[in-house]
Amino acid sequence: MTYLPNIVFAIILFCGIGYFAKNVKKLFRNINLGQDVDVSDNKPERWKNMARIALGQSKMVRRPVSGFLHVVVYVGFVIINIEVLEIIIDGLFGTHRIGLSVLPTSVYGFLIGTFEVLACLVFVSVIVFWIRRNVIKIQRFWKSEMTSWPKSDGNIILYFEMVLMSLFLIMNATDLHFQGLNSGNVISQYIAPMFSGLPETTLHFIERSAWWIHIVGILIFLNYLYFSKHLHILLAFPNTFYGKLTPKGQFNNLESVTNEVKLMMDPNADPFAAPAEGDVDEVPAKFGASDVQDLSWVSLLNAYTCTECGRCTSECPANLTGKKLSPRKIMMDTRDRLEEVGKNIDANNGEFKDDGKQLLGDYITNEEIWACTSCNACVEACPVSIDPLSIIIEMRRYLVMEQSAAPTELNNMMTNIENNGAPWPYNQMDRLNWKDEK
Amino acid sequence: MSEQLNVPTMEELMAQGKQPDILFWVGSAGSYDDRAKKITRAFVKILNKANVNFAVLGTEETCTGDVAKRAGNEFLFQMQAMMNIEVLNAYEVKRIVTCDPHSFNCLKNEYPSLGGNYDVLHHTQFIKELIESKKLEIKDGVFNGKRITFHDPCYLGRANSEYDAPRDVLATLNANLLEMKRSKSTALCCGAGGAQMFKDAEKGDKEINELRTEDALKTNPEIIATACPYCMTMMSDGVKVKEKESEITVLDIAELIAQSQGL
Repeated sequence: MTYLPNIVFAIILFCGIGYFAKNVKKLFRNINLGQDVDVSDNKPERWKNMARIALGQSKMVRRPVSGFLHVVVYVGFVIINIEVLEIIIDGLFGTHRIGLSVLPTSVYGFLIGTFEVLACLVFVSVIVFWIRRNVIKIQRFWKSEMTSWPKSDGNIILYFEMVLMSLFLIMNATDLHFQGLNSGNVISQYIAPMFSGLPETTLHFIERSAWWIHIVGILIFLNYLYFSKHLHILLAFPNTFYGKLTPKGQFNNLESVTNEVKLMMDPNADPFAAPAEGDVDEVPAKFGASDVQDLSWVSLLNAYTCTECGRCTSECPANLTGKKLSPRKIMMDTRDRLEEVGKNIDANNGEFKDDGKQLLGDYITNEEIWACTSCNACVEACPVSIDPLSIIIEMRRYLVMEQSAAPTELNNMMTNIENNGAPWPYNQMDRLNWKDEK
Repeated sequence: MSEQLNVPTMEELMAQGKQPDILFWVGSAGSYDDRAKKITRAFVKILNKANVNFAVLGTEETCTGDVAKRAGNEFLFQMQAMMNIEVLNAYEVKRIVTCDPHSFNCLKNEYPSLGGNYDVLHHTQFIKELIESKKLEIKDGVFNGKRITFHDPCYLGRANSEYDAPRDVLATLNANLLEMKRSKSTALCCGAGGAQMFKDAEKGDKEINELRTEDALKTNPEIIATACPYCMTMMSDGVKVKEKESEITVLDIAELIAQSQGL
């Protein structure tokens, strides 16, 4: 009977981690539905980017207020989680504050004291975040894509953090033994008086309840990640690692096109020649992307990493002038569609069954795709190296090369280039006329 | 002012057995657009003044394919690129300068993997080089104390992280340089990039160039400086829409430098 709590704890821990692991596997599977790209280059630079941008939060602080608050929550979150280690050991072995029996009281007190201060700072920061979202109503949190689930998701995460931090402090405040040590109860000593006068058994009951709800809350939060924009706390790291290293203005050159163009320009090529032996199985390449599977896996990782902060959208010239395009929506749509495709695969024994839908058209409209100026403001603004522009360009490629569905004016422009080597209908022979004009 | 410009073509130089130090890539806008042609002429005046041994491709030049690529037409882009690379490699071109950040980006970043490897410079970088090597001496005076604000072209700035060259060149004018609130990496696009130059904007509540012009007007400038033919069109139109053309001139950095030289 005395082992019952340990067993219950072990089962909860096992289920919590097990279900999360199952979803992580699904996450990997879904990301791998994307096209392969070679990102094995420049490892040192990639590690440096990850250290600087994800670990070091270098791009977060470009906006000082939200950046500073985010650093507080981030540092707090990472450091306070050390405490989870003690909770897990205590839970599994039925000990109470195992740290006290392995560390000198002063060291233990210092650690817990640090956690308490951070918990308090996190709590305050999260309240400010909530106020920014719900009271001040900062514009980027109230764009048209931020209704229903995305809006609730943002608040639920904040509530989770408020509750977890409170529980941690209450757990400490109602722990008579810990308060008796008077070491490390930096914040909780001020909360303890709120419980004064309660019988010891009641206090113990509150302490135990806070302890259990805290750890169960953490496990629920962990499992909430997969369904939430909050996945960024994990994926920001690989995402900054695999982020684009080439100049932002450089778009990739499609290799499948290069091969065809070379063939067209080779005077010795025989257009009617039978394909070489090896080429027979080759699936004819689709140019550009109309659905998530056509995008690179890095774009899909981007989509799962996006935490919908909207810094991209708030700097997008198209969005700022009232156009439908929102880079954040491009990322959210990509994730939603990817999830839909993933569920389809799960429901059909591992095989995707055509559902008559695709990312382009059913989620993202042509109007959004054509409103982009390719200015890279969104890419520059993203604190975790997400590249919405590459998705937009892949979709333009699909529209132009697979569907011939460019706006008429752009078709005229391209015809001009084909006919006279300039986007305007001027004669090639007049190219040097400027020399003699005044 | 209608002095004869010295503009040798690669073909002419080759016939004389000569090789220029640098190729001036004029670009389609610089060749055909009336306003951009003035930038082209101003830049050539600078090249002539600094005795730069350069040449143009003239009628052998054709669209880089940049705008086709931004529009999604990878076929057309690569066709153009490969034709250009054939010509450039046949002339053994090593260095290229251009007044168009879009050509600059395309030639510098997107041509190499198709076989075109050149040292590509934007004209602001080249002018900076001329000033630093004392080939061009800037006489201050004309723009002394003038209020000038610089609009960063996306394909020079964010796309290629070049924010300093245009500012360094402007700094030699002894003018009063004003930064817009959105500048350098957070500069707002003029609205012409990504093939928007050639189509109407999607439905919205404002034109992008108007918004950008408002950014510029907040600095209360006498001159808006640009370094891109498309930005030139958009900012000039923006100033017209705001009915400020009598007070504010939009000039390319090449024009500012040429004027400061009395060219």
